[in-house]
Amino acid sequence: MSQKLSIVCVTGTREKLQMAAMIASVAAATGTDVNVFLSMNALSFFIKGNSDVAPVEGEMGTLMSQKGVPPFKQLFQQAAELGDAKILPCSMALDLLKVGKEDLDPELGPPTGLTRFLSEAEGGQMLTF
Amino acid sequence: MSENKIIDARDTYCPGPLMELITYMKQASVGDTLELLSTDEGSAADVPEWVNKVGHEMLGSEKVDGVWHLKIRKAK
Repeated sequence: MSQKLSIVCVTGTREKLQMAAMIASVAAATGTDVNVFLSMNALSFFIKGNSDVAPVEGEMGTLMSQKGVPPFKQLFQQAAELGDAKILPCSMALDLLKVGKEDLDPELGPPTGLTRFLSEAEGGQMLTF
Repeated sequence: MSENKIIDARDTYCPGPLMELITYMKQASVGDTLELLSTDEGSAADVPEWVNKVGHEMLGSEKVDGVWHLKIRKAK
């Protein structure tokens, strides 16, 4: 049975989203079953028409805006395309934002509640950013 | 007939070179050789880890004029 990794993204800063996306893409491409749960301030970057520029926390975030660093959205997309990772928007956050599935980037999976996410995460590792 | 493909991932940072390699690996046939060019030191160490973990074959790794040349054969 393959390994299972659940990643919870709640913070809307470049460093945190970048680290989560790096881990998601490499793990998914290495055969790990990856589920990414997007909630709180991490979700808005995946809504169509919104900015995909996340504010930086410090020096590393600024360095990561340079050419050659793959943007976090591209890495999440590759995690989904190359490694079948599931990028799941939090249904509670969507309700609060009054946003539907059709308003989200196409690589995102179905709106997911905590019960569903936690039962899929059962028995695997979980990381929170 | 197996092919030789050069993937130019110079001036991209981790995990850029690895994701480039994986993209081309998906399209390649078993037996094809892929040569990944990278200027990222971390990737020079981490890409072979990935290759071994997923079961492909590292054919060679050398640094020429500041550029890593990682040669990999698709094994499955």
